[in-house]
Amino acid sequence: MADDQDFRSPLKKAKGLGAAHAGVHHWMAQRITALALIPLVVWLVYSIVDLKGASYAEFMAWTASPINAVLMIFFVIASFYHGVLGAQVVVEDYIKCKCLKMTKLIAHKLFFTALAIATIFSILKIAFTAG
Amino acid sequence: MTEKTNKIERPLSPHLQVYRLPLTALLSISHRISGIALILGAIFISIWFIAAVAGEEYYTLLMDFSQGWIGTLMIFGWSVALFYHLCNGIRHLLWDVGVGLNKCGACKGNTIVILATIILTAGIWFYTSENAPDLVDVNAIEITDDEKEEGEE
Repeated sequence: MADDQDFRSPLKKAKGLGAAHAGVHHWMAQRITALALIPLVVWLVYSIVDLKGASYAEFMAWTASPINAVLMIFFVIASFYHGVLGAQVVVEDYIKCKCLKMTKLIAHKLFFTALAIATIFSILKIAFTAG
Repeated sequence: MTEKTNKIERPLSPHLQVYRLPLTALLSISHRISGIALILGAIFISIWFIAAVAGEEYYTLLMDFSQGWIGTLMIFGWSVALFYHLCNGIRHLLWDVGVGLNKCGACKGNTIVILATIILTAGIWFYTSENAPDLVDVNAIEITDDEKEEGEE
């Protein structure tokens, strides 16, 4: 019965992009970054507790350690991506003015991309020079 | 005629300002609020690394700020948001695979998420406060030693 009432064309079903024409990419990316962030956040909290009141030399040595540098870069990518996807939903839900909405969406994506690059660059610079 | 109908005060359906939100709804909006707080926290984490690259004086400035009462309050707020978003996020992932996705499950989940957030936040602050004097003392000694060496050179 349900199949008889389905008005979607075979092409629409095959493409699987739905009404938003973007498919489940946003939803999936948000969940996958969330999964990655569960262990990363545990590691981050452990590291912050470990680094509480750390001197400059201690902080540099910590960042220069390959495991810390790699996990921190992973955290930056996963958390910024997850944050941008989350902020996008909040902006889409609460900002009515279409022009302001687009401006905010583009602005926060550019801002967080730039900040993520700056952070990763900083971590790599410390890792390659302070080690 | 149209003016008259406009003046009739019709009853309003319950909306956000007059409707007492159930706990599930409060926790749902808290997930978004904590998410936004965590974005601000992520900016701070970035600033930390950028400051370290910029130079020791910027790093020291940031570390001094983070140990002041405003900084401590911010980190405390960040930790509450982080643990809440983590616990509630795990609940969302479980909901996505269909676990606990009913009224009873949601209410049980509310209690678990709130308790886990309180236990994790209290636990981590209790743990760090216990270790704090030890860590700070060690660093204080190291910094003064470095300064002495620099002075001697």
